[in-house]
Amino acid sequence: MEREYLLVEHEKPYSYCEDGLTVTRTSAWSGPGCHLGCGVLMYTDELDRLVKVEGDPENPFNQGRLCVRCLALPEVVNHADKLAHPMKRAREDRGKDKWERISWDAAYDLIVERFNAFKAESGPESVTFWQGTGRDISTWITRLCWSYGSPNYVVALSGTACYAPRVAGCRMSSGAFWLGDFSQQFPDRYDNPQWKLPELILIWGNNPVITNSDGMYGHWVVDCLKRGSKAITVDPRRTWLANRSELFLQIRPGTDAALALGMLNVIISEEIYDREFVEYWCYGFDELAERVADFTPEKTEQITWIPADTIRAAARMFAKADGAIVQWGVAVDMTKETLPAGQAISALFEITGNIDNPGGMIAPPSILFSTGGWGHEFLEKDARKKKIGDAEYPLYRGAMQIASTDECIKTLETDRPYPLKGAWLQAVNPLACTGPDPKRTLAALNRLEFIVCVDLFMTPTAMALADVILPAATCAERDGIRLGDGTQRGETINRAVQGGDCRSDMQINLEIGKRFNPEAWPWENVEEMYTDILRETGLTFSAMREQAPAYPPFEYHKHEKGLLRSDGQVGFQTRTGRIELYSTVYQALEQDPLPYFEEPVPSPYSTPELYEQYPLVLTTGARQLGLFHSEHRQIPHLRALHPEPLIYLHPEAATRYGLTEGCWVWVENEKGRAKRKLSLTNALDPRVCSTDHGWWYPEAPAELDEGLYGLWDLAINQLITWQPGKSGMGSNYKTLLCKVYPVEAPTAQTKGEQK
Amino acid sequence: MTDYGILVDYRWCSGCRACEIACQMEQGLPPQRSGVKVFEAGPWQIAGERWQHDYAPDFLDECDLCAKRTSRGKLPSCVQHCQAEILEFGRIEELSARMSGKKKQILIIP
Repeated sequence: MEREYLLVEHEKPYSYCEDGLTVTRTSAWSGPGCHLGCGVLMYTDELDRLVKVEGDPENPFNQGRLCVRCLALPEVVNHADKLAHPMKRAREDRGKDKWERISWDAAYDLIVERFNAFKAESGPESVTFWQGTGRDISTWITRLCWSYGSPNYVVALSGTACYAPRVAGCRMSSGAFWLGDFSQQFPDRYDNPQWKLPELILIWGNNPVITNSDGMYGHWVVDCLKRGSKAITVDPRRTWLANRSELFLQIRPGTDAALALGMLNVIISEEIYDREFVEYWCYGFDELAERVADFTPEKTEQITWIPADTIRAAARMFAKADGAIVQWGVAVDMTKETLPAGQAISALFEITGNIDNPGGMIAPPSILFSTGGWGHEFLEKDARKKKIGDAEYPLYRGAMQIASTDECIKTLETDRPYPLKGAWLQAVNPLACTGPDPKRTLAALNRLEFIVCVDLFMTPTAMALADVILPAATCAERDGIRLGDGTQRGETINRAVQGGDCRSDMQINLEIGKRFNPEAWPWENVEEMYTDILRETGLTFSAMREQAPAYPPFEYHKHEKGLLRSDGQVGFQTRTGRIELYSTVYQALEQDPLPYFEEPVPSPYSTPELYEQYPLVLTTGARQLGLFHSEHRQIPHLRALHPEPLIYLHPEAATRYGLTEGCWVWVENEKGRAKRKLSLTNALDPRVCSTDHGWWYPEAPAELDEGLYGLWDLAINQLITWQPGKSGMGSNYKTLLCKVYPVEAPTAQTKGEQK
Repeated sequence: MTDYGILVDYRWCSGCRACEIACQMEQGLPPQRSGVKVFEAGPWQIAGERWQHDYAPDFLDECDLCAKRTSRGKLPSCVQHCQAEILEFGRIEELSARMSGKKKQILIIP
């Protein structure tokens, strides 16, 4: 079935000449990592070198603007350390720099031989397929995993605690995922007559001007504020946006659910919710009202450390706004009881009728819905029953196509319920970035007989564990389509750099996939595969690249028109046809059907004895300019923006512990410690500190015996535990306790400082 | 080129530093050098809920307002890429007229 797409006018073809350089109009997605895919112009010279990247003023998404990471892209693409050829290493040489260059065919032969042998001897479930934040991997790795025959597709993060909990939670309770309406679904953007400026943007658990999460270009918030939107910011840190907000709610990390319940209490008890919307379209309002009845602002203040009057004012401002967005972020996922937190925050925009409306929350249009995967039909029924984590978690058994990562770690260690043999690690760096407890993670993965890594650069994970490494292409070196999170567009990625021996993740998965299961990969090449995915547009991939971006049709108020349900009835794609404030799905999956707050463990209140020893609340992973997770540390212009791992602390706390600006400290809890440089800031509560994640030094000695790029000094995840929430989703990446004390002998850090 | 300048609406400068990298890439400058640099003031509390926290770019000796680009009808690279869209390139008298009645404006003549 074809849908009518809206196209963007272009003055020039997608590839043209300018001043002796070739210009390629394309989308910068991905690697290096990003969740967006901005429209860019890539300039290459006669030697096929990428010399410059500029924003594409014709592209409605970023409108000619760019962040530092794309501007510095030539330094990534031309970097001397970028992996250039497939390499292999003997298993006994894991952790040693003893690589041997091999051809692509030899690499494929080796991988196929080993993986097929595991399948024959131990069953396809013995091979696991791991991704990281899933910049552009989810679609292709899931199809590879499932068509190979394994149910064990894994995101290398405790509790899959990024994006997936919010998406899964929303889909279970309302049949769709909801994102803020910044007009991104229209090619004419802010001028579109159907769109309305949101009166209020509630920024919750992310810093959009740095982070660009969920397919949302962060500076759209600034665009809206300049046009007259008001903002409220919920963050442990007083950000730049917080200082441009009407209200700043300085939240104690991990108490997001409590704040949402407290705001619901105000909105319901003061009867300022949208009565008509609740009556027509919501299920379980009375039960929700009862649940939040004792969550007074005063009680909420005790938990969240936000003054009761501020909570009241925020709730009133949100409920009364004509068009309100919750610009929510990963902090909601990175708390152990993430599902009830997301459910409580969703209820804020649901009972105020900010659903499917201009300037409220919209269900982003999709071309190929990729969160959850592509090609699950190729997974045999018997194999489905063997997915790791299904026995422990009804939610994973009943509603998820993904395996439980925390249970996979246990399976690696115990061989229960069955031994694992191999792993395919694609665009993932669990030791330096996503995985808690990297020493445990290393030991667990090291029990595998055969490990393949696919990445742009050597990483601590690949150096420690890979038996074969395949060099993936950057977005400048490949063709593709942008199918990521947020609002999807028919956006083509057009190869600007022609040479080199690296291959795109998509080409790799197609070529390997054909060898495992040709029926699942019927395409001759990636271009045919993209054309197939784009078929509803009526354009081939090569025709689309001249037209892109193409916008799928979009309408507001779809629930009133029967456009959200598969049976064409009005309402939402849930059992009751309504938004389920009281979730019948959670009830069926043995979860609490209503949102709740549970005090994080550890915390000042749940573990007072630990708090005496570790007197600071620690949150990790606030994003830094120029660095995407554990990437970009070897890119000179980006590293210069943030040369060292920092911990941010209030001056009062620093004085209390005898610490001064710029000194090197250990950040330590009962599990381990990591080294950080101290940065003093008034932006934090003196009881709370915040630190970077994903650090390693690509310039430090690489081998495992030499410190694995300084990892054991730098990895903050040594303080974090593999421990998901009750549902199996969510984990405490952002809620820890620690102490901070000076590093006595300044040795290891001098390396980075010499840069 | 002395007739031209850049108007900075620093109320909305988010400190994203796209101008710095855009300049360095356009001119092939190493990380330590640039034609523009972003400075930060704050955050500190003034009184109650009133806080100081601003960023603003300053333009340096190596800025030539992207003479090569502008002679071909393009914007200076920093102006095009500024994510908060707070930089405006134009004739000084026009920019100066646009400043009147607004707060937190800087007119740059490098």
